[in-house]
Amino acid sequence: MKKLLLLTLPLLLSVGAYAAGAIEGEIEKQPLNISAIIMFLIFVGGTLGITYWAAKRTKTAKDFYTAGGGITGFQNGMAIAGDYMSAASFLGISGLVYLAGYDGLIYSIGFLVGWPIILFLISERLRNLGKYTFADVAAYRLKQAPIRTLAAFGSIATVILYLIAQMVGAGKLIQLLFGLPYELAVVLVGTLMILYVTFGGMLATTWVQIIKAILLLSGATFMALAVLSHFGFSLDAMFTAAIEVHGKGEAIMAPGGLVSDPISAISLGVALMFGTAGLPHILMRFFTVADAKEARKSVFYATGFIGYFYILTFIIGFGAIIMVLNNPEYLDLAKQAISGGSPILGGKNMAAIHLSHAVGGNFFLGFISAVAFATILAVVSGLTLAGASAISHDLYANVFNKHGEVDEAKEMKVSKIATVVLGILSIFLGIAFEQQNIAFVVGLAFAIAASANFPVLFLSMFWSKLTTRGAVIGGSLGLGTAILLVILGPIVWVAILGNAEAIFPYKYPALFSVSVAFAGIWFFSITDKSDAAAKEIEAFEAQDIRSQTGIGAEGASSH
Amino acid sequence: MTKEQIEQVKNNPKYQKLVSERSRFAWTLSIIMLVVYYAFIMTIAFKPELLGTKISSGVVTIGIPIGIAIIFIAFILAGIYVRRANGEFDQLTKEVREELGDMA
Repeated sequence: MKKLLLLTLPLLLSVGAYAAGAIEGEIEKQPLNISAIIMFLIFVGGTLGITYWAAKRTKTAKDFYTAGGGITGFQNGMAIAGDYMSAASFLGISGLVYLAGYDGLIYSIGFLVGWPIILFLISERLRNLGKYTFADVAAYRLKQAPIRTLAAFGSIATVILYLIAQMVGAGKLIQLLFGLPYELAVVLVGTLMILYVTFGGMLATTWVQIIKAILLLSGATFMALAVLSHFGFSLDAMFTAAIEVHGKGEAIMAPGGLVSDPISAISLGVALMFGTAGLPHILMRFFTVADAKEARKSVFYATGFIGYFYILTFIIGFGAIIMVLNNPEYLDLAKQAISGGSPILGGKNMAAIHLSHAVGGNFFLGFISAVAFATILAVVSGLTLAGASAISHDLYANVFNKHGEVDEAKEMKVSKIATVVLGILSIFLGIAFEQQNIAFVVGLAFAIAASANFPVLFLSMFWSKLTTRGAVIGGSLGLGTAILLVILGPIVWVAILGNAEAIFPYKYPALFSVSVAFAGIWFFSITDKSDAAAKEIEAFEAQDIRSQTGIGAEGASSH
Repeated sequence: MTKEQIEQVKNNPKYQKLVSERSRFAWTLSIIMLVVYYAFIMTIAFKPELLGTKISSGVVTIGIPIGIAIIFIAFILAGIYVRRANGEFDQLTKEVREELGDMA
């Protein structure tokens, strides 16, 4: 039945030249979007130039992993924002506002409030203790091999899941916006990311993220201003117009059904907050600045940029309700013929893209399309670098090479090989998952980050009685619980595997899996009476002094 | 770091002041952020219609300024922390390191 639908769908869709469904089934290839391609080529040319410049400055392992530690707080804040504001949050949240109004804002707030907590409790300790990866901190006074293996496993799992989501999103978006075939789009993203990371390391990745953040923020600002000026900068007039055209009427001004029960609400909050604090590509950014002072400034600026961006997406979503909804130009006639209503071309996630056309014509549509592509490139580069570092710095240099010092040049070579392998792997995964339902992927990545990476990292810095045994068993339990509950939950068990009812009723497992991790770490630490455990507990004081004062911390090198 | 050095740092009054004041400050701000966020989330879970209350005669509901205000609170709390940490606390850290001399 599904096959039949897939076969007949393109036929039906070809009725409208623009027709496409972004989530499922075949996407109709779009006519080539010339202005978007030109702007994208300018971006690629510029970033490859930066990569060439960065490659000449990337000589040591420290340069490769942390850009020499010489990034300023402001630059790093911008880069963190560039790393965090993915195409999913730009298109997804504005699409959610377009669809449900106020509910979109609830998500934005959840994605933001983790940042101040990271600043207050984590950022400066992380900077004072770590060198290249967050495993440096977690394994500081514990046994290197088991802790780094666990941390690397958590990092690589998070990175690969996130990469799948980005690659599939990239392929579909580019197909829709630029008129390029899906496979070509995925190969293009993979290749560019390999080039940025292998040659330019963290320095090139940082600048790609900074440029992307500037482009995205200015594009979104322009769109929001265009919407507001349309209503003489009266919010009242804008909301009134939106209520008039939206099918849900006044309901778009209040919380709807997005978060319905308290358990889901808390669990989502836990996943977003602790998940953010356990994302390896985000944690790695704290090692690119000179000291704790710059690390704090980074988070302050990042919070500002990200918060501002979410306010913009809220206005953009409402703008799309007024200017895109019911506008025949963006109506998906083929889909309307099947299911009625007023679906827009490419689905709700294209609301912001259509709005860019409504307010700025073809030229601005091209600009925003190019920005969306740049956004994906910046995010996948950061992810790949974090994954490669976990392989080279944690696994290769500190687990497999326990005996004797590791040659720095060799470690860097391993890192570059790992980058290429991860890049090729993500191209294959991107192609393999084209027709799969990947709705669970980002949720699972956040759940693993919150349940495996975060508890071990947090307790290693705050709890003197943590031992290797506790961290390894508790962290693994958290990881296993997160994966198991996602499989048994409504998204995989019901929507993908086709069972009638979910064994685990909640969409977000974080509340449970994070609790399991903390309880496991606590229990297996306090019952650990070995000599090694006693030594690890004793070593906490020296670690704490360094984390509080930065005595003995890694400094910066100047460029 | 030797045992004696650790004792020396721990007994340094400025170090004690730095650690106790900074952690109290950081945890207070964290708790404020958590209370604000979870109060918002709990309202959505238990009494969503509260956020749908209209302000005066217009169409704007109270939920919109509240939502935007939480974004501003996150930014302002971050600013408050950075201001004190990069000023007062960093000065204290510098003094501690100077007093400890060679070790640092």
